[in-house]
Amino acid sequence: MTCVPATTEKSLGLVIDLDSCVGCQACVTSCKEWNTGGHMAPLTDLKPYDGGVDGVWFNRVHTYEQTTDAGSRTVHFPRSCLHCAEPACVTVCPTGASYKRESDGIVLVNEDKCIGCKLCSWACPYGAREFDTDVGVMKKCTLCVDRIYNENLPEADRVPACVAACPTSARHFGDLADPLSPVSQLVEARGGVPLMPELGYRPTNRYLPPRAKKSNAVTSGAPPLSDASPAGGFLGWVDRLLSA
Amino acid sequence: MHPAYSVIFFTTATGAGYGLIALLGLLAAFGLVQPDLWFGFTSFGLASCLIAAGLLSSTGHLGHPERAWRAFSQWRSSWLSREGVAAVLTFVPIGLLVLGWVVLGRSGGWVAAVGILTALCAAITVSSTAMIYASLKPIAQWHSRFTLPGYLLYSATSGLVLLSAIMQAFGRPSAAWMIAAILFTLASWGWKLATWRHNDGAGMAADLNSATGLAGGTVRSVEWPHTEQNYLMKEMGFRVARKHQQKLRTIVQLAAFALPAGLLLIDLLFGGGISTLLASLAVVSQLSGLLVERWLFFAEAKHTITLYYGLA
Repeated sequence: MTCVPATTEKSLGLVIDLDSCVGCQACVTSCKEWNTGGHMAPLTDLKPYDGGVDGVWFNRVHTYEQTTDAGSRTVHFPRSCLHCAEPACVTVCPTGASYKRESDGIVLVNEDKCIGCKLCSWACPYGAREFDTDVGVMKKCTLCVDRIYNENLPEADRVPACVAACPTSARHFGDLADPLSPVSQLVEARGGVPLMPELGYRPTNRYLPPRAKKSNAVTSGAPPLSDASPAGGFLGWVDRLLSA
Repeated sequence: MHPAYSVIFFTTATGAGYGLIALLGLLAAFGLVQPDLWFGFTSFGLASCLIAAGLLSSTGHLGHPERAWRAFSQWRSSWLSREGVAAVLTFVPIGLLVLGWVVLGRSGGWVAAVGILTALCAAITVSSTAMIYASLKPIAQWHSRFTLPGYLLYSATSGLVLLSAIMQAFGRPSAAWMIAAILFTLASWGWKLATWRHNDGAGMAADLNSATGLAGGTVRSVEWPHTEQNYLMKEMGFRVARKHQQKLRTIVQLAAFALPAGLLLIDLLFGGGISTLLASLAVVSQLSGLLVERWLFFAEAKHTITLYYGLA
């Protein structure tokens, strides 16, 4: 059914730290590598070695410049499915292919039921869904549902591929419905925010804003460089002699 | 939004078809036209062809058209599914109306009841189509109070203009229906102008600050995640050049509203021998204009995903 469950037992999701993300794209490639063989496989690539390259990705990292009174800063911004509590992408689905799981809140697509009408991608304000023109069905982030419960993996690896890959620990995975979970406490401590809350989709994922710049930043204390063409003194005499 | 030709044809054709069939239902229900085999056969045939062609065309943009039957299942939550169910259910009163009014030549009683039911079902189907778009919050130009009345108005208008032409062709010119067609065409024109004015001021459903969670100051896209256009940019980032937009808006006003209203007015006042020709030209002009109107409806719609790419 494409009616959304009133409550879910858990609200699994991601917390993304915009202060630590360095825009290295490791989460992007790791996501692609895992998922092109995972639940929604394949993540089709079209013309990969040609002009007009295109393909399905579940995770994309943008780069923005934020300018405030305190100055400008560069912010790398990973964008993926937020596994909303009110996912309009699910309710607009005419076939029941899109659904939100009652057990953990993950939003998934049943590829065998999808007719490829693309309406769900129109209904998502975040651009989380990408149409696979090769297979003719809609694809989206599965929160690595085939990793997080996978008993064939060591317990430490039972996290989404993007979280496992992040070299700066900017990505965190957990139950955001549980106020005592590490991710909930991180959101609490850092003032994590939902994206476009005014649209009413109630996204599960949270973004941690960059920390304020330090006004008492460390200075290097190195002396200023000496003049390259001094007018007087010994160096001035050498300079004049060699310039002649 | 990317304008898919199948969807543009679908919404325009079914709009006109359901408009015409709703009017035929009301004509039959209130005995405004005497039952007639050939008039009924032609008018119901034309309306049904428009509806059937539109519905078939709507499967044209699907990735898996062979699974389209699944779209009838989620009417509890999805306007697209409701539209499909309503479209199929509407064929029941249409069939009964054709049997009673056209084939058996009856009016009143149960024929009047299915006439009203036909009009009601047609209105519900067109409303469901409109709500598919009106319910999408990421697109400010669609998620507005102008969308639903617009779809109903353009459907009724194109139905009325079609009806006027058919009545002329069968030698039953009715000044009342032609005046109604002219007034509805002018009302549609006014509604479209008001919609464009609203849309031009509507902007985006959100801004890049709230889209990225970066509060305060200005946020500017400096680098995309990819160098080439992806699905999101092709589907949601479709942009029509401003100069074309203005030209297309002029074409819509001329073809869909000004010309049909003028042709029908000339027909009304001086029709005579060429009245069927004039009314038919009004139909062709209006339907062509509405196709351009529908193309603009998609092309002018701005999705919040364009914020992320700095294209809004």
